[in-house]
Amino acid sequence: MPQVNINNLILAAVVRDTGLAAGVPLFLARNAEEQQKIAAYLARILNGMVHDLENGVLIVVRH
Amino acid sequence: MLLKVEGHLATIGFGTAAGTLARLLMLRNDYRQYPGYPHGYVIHLSLGFIAAALGAVAVPAIAEPDFTAVTFLALAAQQFREVRNMERKTLEKLEELELVKRGPDYIEGMARTFEARNYLAMGTALAVAAAYQWAGREWAAAAAFISLLASWRLMAGRTVGAICDVVPVPLEFRGAVLTAAGVALVNVGTPEMREKILREGLAVCLKPRDADARATLDDLGQRMAVAHTAAVILGTKNEIDLPELTPVVRKNIDTGELVLAIVPFVRDPEALVAAVRRAPILESARSRPLRTGAGRAARRRG
Repeated sequence: MPQVNINNLILAAVVRDTGLAAGVPLFLARNAEEQQKIAAYLARILNGMVHDLENGVLIVVRH
Repeated sequence: MLLKVEGHLATIGFGTAAGTLARLLMLRNDYRQYPGYPHGYVIHLSLGFIAAALGAVAVPAIAEPDFTAVTFLALAAQQFREVRNMERKTLEKLEELELVKRGPDYIEGMARTFEARNYLAMGTALAVAAAYQWAGREWAAAAAFISLLASWRLMAGRTVGAICDVVPVPLEFRGAVLTAAGVALVNVGTPEMREKILREGLAVCLKPRDADARATLDDLGQRMAVAHTAAVILGTKNEIDLPELTPVVRKNIDTGELVLAIVPFVRDPEALVAAVRRAPILESARSRPLRTGAGRAARRRG
């Protein structure tokens, strides 16, 4: 059976405002500094990469 | 009878020695760390010796004549194809743990080269044994010299520096996107990582010299080979959990130029240029659109 791989999966999103993202595991941060820290930790734990959507949302993606 | 056996033995001996020497000369242990020393060396040399012996033995068989012995060569071809598959499997297994991967094209090229070198050893042995059998010792020596030279030339592959110009370009961030020479490379979300990349990263632009070069650089396997070469020679700072620092290669879609960005261990732009120029051109990536009428016409119009 051919193997189907899912690439470029959004593992989590870290936001300061819950209205900005949905449908993925969300982590709410109280300020920008905490947002960066949470994103960095998640990326390390999940072997993912942090991307900045430049609208206040940071996503952690598995490539 | 004894004299005949001695004659055959000398033919086979000369041929085998020449073939094995050819294989030895083709074993170059460079930065690619392939074959591994010492066991890889032993495997390659042994197989080369067997290939040479098979090639040399064919000559007395034809001289006798005893053509059933020539079926040895068919058996040898079968065996070496198996060996190529084994090499490829080994390399693919090792590839799983590489931080900057070679890519399947590069691996296929290495496996094919391995097979080809064995055949070259066989051919050298055959040529030298034939020369010894029918022309004498001096001609055998000449045949050995020519074969070794030919093997050497054939095995030297072309490098990227021959088909394009490599120039350093500055790195900058437009928002969260790392950019160089007008090409967007990757989105980096963490400010610390952005600073680190700006501080310690390097980028080069590969400008193809003609349409053939552009087609070659277009190939994804070729791009992976360039990144892998730069990473092996200069070292990278990426880690399993720091994919932001992985070397990235992207194409300028309008000009066909490639941009490579890397955070090397040794921050030396000259060294990076030299390393990229040394990257091998993969046989599977080599493309010659200019050989076709359509390609040449496109060049005239575009």
